[in-house]
Amino acid sequence: MPPLLFWIFALLMLVFGAAVVINRNPVASALSLVVSFLGLAALFMSLDAYFVGIIQVLVYAGAIMVLFLFIIMLLDLRAEKLRKINWLASAGGLLVALALLMQIFYVVGNLHAAQEKFPPLVGSTTDDVRNIGLLLFDNYNAPFQIVGILVLVATVGVVLLSKREVR
Amino acid sequence: MAITVPRPNLNWRERLYLPAIVAGLAITFKHFKNMIFGRTKVTMEYPEQKWDANLPEHYRGAPALVRDADGRVRCVACQLCEFICPPRAIKMVPGELPRTDRFAKVEKFPEEFDIDMVRCIFCGLCEEVCPEQAIFLRKDYAITGFTREDMVHRKDKLLEIGGVMHGVVLKWNEKK
Amino acid sequence: MDTFFVTTSLLKILGILFLVILPMVSYAVYAERRVSAFMQDRLGPNRVGPAGLFQPVADVAKLLLKESFSPANVNTFYYWLAPCLALIPALITIAVVPFGSTLFGVPMVIADVNVGILYVFAVASLGVYGIVLAGWASNSKYPFLGGVRSSSQMISYELSLGLAVIPVFLVVGNLRLTSVVRYQIEHGWFIAPFIGDWTNIGKWLLTIPMFISFVVFMIAVFAETNRLPFDLPEAEQELAGGYHTEYAGMKFALFFLGEYAAMISGSALVVTLFFGGWHFPGIPDGAHGWVFGLINIALFFAKVAIVIFIFMWVRWTLPRFRFDQLMRLGWLFFFEIALVNIFVVAGIMAFLPT
Repeated sequence: MPPLLFWIFALLMLVFGAAVVINRNPVASALSLVVSFLGLAALFMSLDAYFVGIIQVLVYAGAIMVLFLFIIMLLDLRAEKLRKINWLASAGGLLVALALLMQIFYVVGNLHAAQEKFPPLVGSTTDDVRNIGLLLFDNYNAPFQIVGILVLVATVGVVLLSKREVR
Repeated sequence: MAITVPRPNLNWRERLYLPAIVAGLAITFKHFKNMIFGRTKVTMEYPEQKWDANLPEHYRGAPALVRDADGRVRCVACQLCEFICPPRAIKMVPGELPRTDRFAKVEKFPEEFDIDMVRCIFCGLCEEVCPEQAIFLRKDYAITGFTREDMVHRKDKLLEIGGVMHGVVLKWNEKK
Repeated sequence: MDTFFVTTSLLKILGILFLVILPMVSYAVYAERRVSAFMQDRLGPNRVGPAGLFQPVADVAKLLLKESFSPANVNTFYYWLAPCLALIPALITIAVVPFGSTLFGVPMVIADVNVGILYVFAVASLGVYGIVLAGWASNSKYPFLGGVRSSSQMISYELSLGLAVIPVFLVVGNLRLTSVVRYQIEHGWFIAPFIGDWTNIGKWLLTIPMFISFVVFMIAVFAETNRLPFDLPEAEQELAGGYHTEYAGMKFALFFLGEYAAMISGSALVVTLFFGGWHFPGIPDGAHGWVFGLINIALFFAKVAIVIFIFMWVRWTLPRFRFDQLMRLGWLFFFEIALVNIFVVAGIMAFLPT
């Protein structure tokens, strides 16, 4: 992927990520989050990680955010009124954010791997779906099954909880 | 009192719904196929095929004014139709006949007679109420125009639709 | 990324979109009206041009010339955004579907990605945003109910949709849609194995779960594209048109086109997964000359047209479901059938090496 596209998608992601926080209308925030997810998926795909990118869209943008939107709309949340900005708190928050950013830059800059040139990506001929599948079912089969049971337990719990409420 | 409608007990074949769905699909496909092969008698295609010859005698189409055998407008501008018209489609300006006219002492005549066909509901009350048998509902039904102005039938248009009526006024004799 | 690749891709995108999909969408509307008329012993639109064939042109001209009106109290930005969001996912689904073999050596698929079917599901799941936003932004109760119904219906049936195709990919062993077609060329269509190597008994055994898979997938596509008998989000009699009640003119037309485009991409998917894509026994692929390449493309779209006819046929036969029936059918019936189907296919694959 040309660097231009990387910058476009990264910018898209960051701008809409900020819009999630800044927007006062909950529906607008949710939709901004969707666009941000799409940008993230595009970045994944630029690394030839099609599977992760598509799952990002399918699960987060396609299912979870639809449910979020569904709930927001059902609750009929109105846009919040703009409060008076607490300058001291904002300045403090900005300071923390800047400190975190500096820290990340410092750590990444001193990392040994960061000094080296990034190795060329494996060509897009590799089947990342196949690799993920093999890895999951060969190397990490037991944890995978345990996660499956965990999810099943959670599902049964949800069914039970919703049933009790009906009765 | 509420009535409980008994639900039919379905056996397993009916409860599967699939046979019913397939039967329904077969019916619609049969109609489709018959239509494709032209075996279905279709509805009349209106502008090409018309049913004008078969319109019943009492058909209520566009109202129109008639002349008598001498060519005089039968309407005497009594304004009964104007009053009875439920949607108030009829507008009339009565005028006096000139003194020289034979009927100047007994009759008026409509100077203007407008029927707004946008408003007309073809109820036929004007025909019913007219004491002179001057207004009739004809069999014209395709009344069109590009503007609202076009849809107002003026006196000359009404007379053109109406034509000539022979004979004397028989209305009250018939009613006896 | 060489210029040849970029040029051919652009040509493919423009060609497939403007020469095939969009005309097909507009003529699907015409076909729907004619087919429905024929099924009800009527004639349908037959005035504009020979047999009414220019009706879509007249419709589009009418819709374009209408006032693009937005009612008071709508959320204007999202009100305008929603029709676009409804149309675009339906159109870009076609990107991964192989609609032909090769033409002058260029494979006739816009993007042959290795996550093919997942891409389709991901994009299709984005399609719900247009409808939900339209319902919300209209600020009116009927569209809102339509939007809410649509989102719950789409989420419910996406499960059956996803589970129904798993048997196909269990057999093929690859998520790429082109490899699904290639497998079917070698081993016979999934729905009709006698076209390929018909002596193989395992193929015949696989046909039963494949047919169940096909039926469940087809029904889930009906639900995903909001077609009758599952058109509850836009039920005219209950919701006065549902999510597009407040829309008029070209914005309404975009919803309409989006629905038909979703139907076409759904049909294209059905054809690719179960009916062998562009393959027809006895007709060679595009490597034997460009004529065959074109014939393959025509074959694919002919099959799509037949599936679309089935869509219309069902629509004008069956009545609408009640919403609780719809949900029960989706969660208690098709979900389980699809799940069991996966186990059956996996069992056949494991114990009956083909």
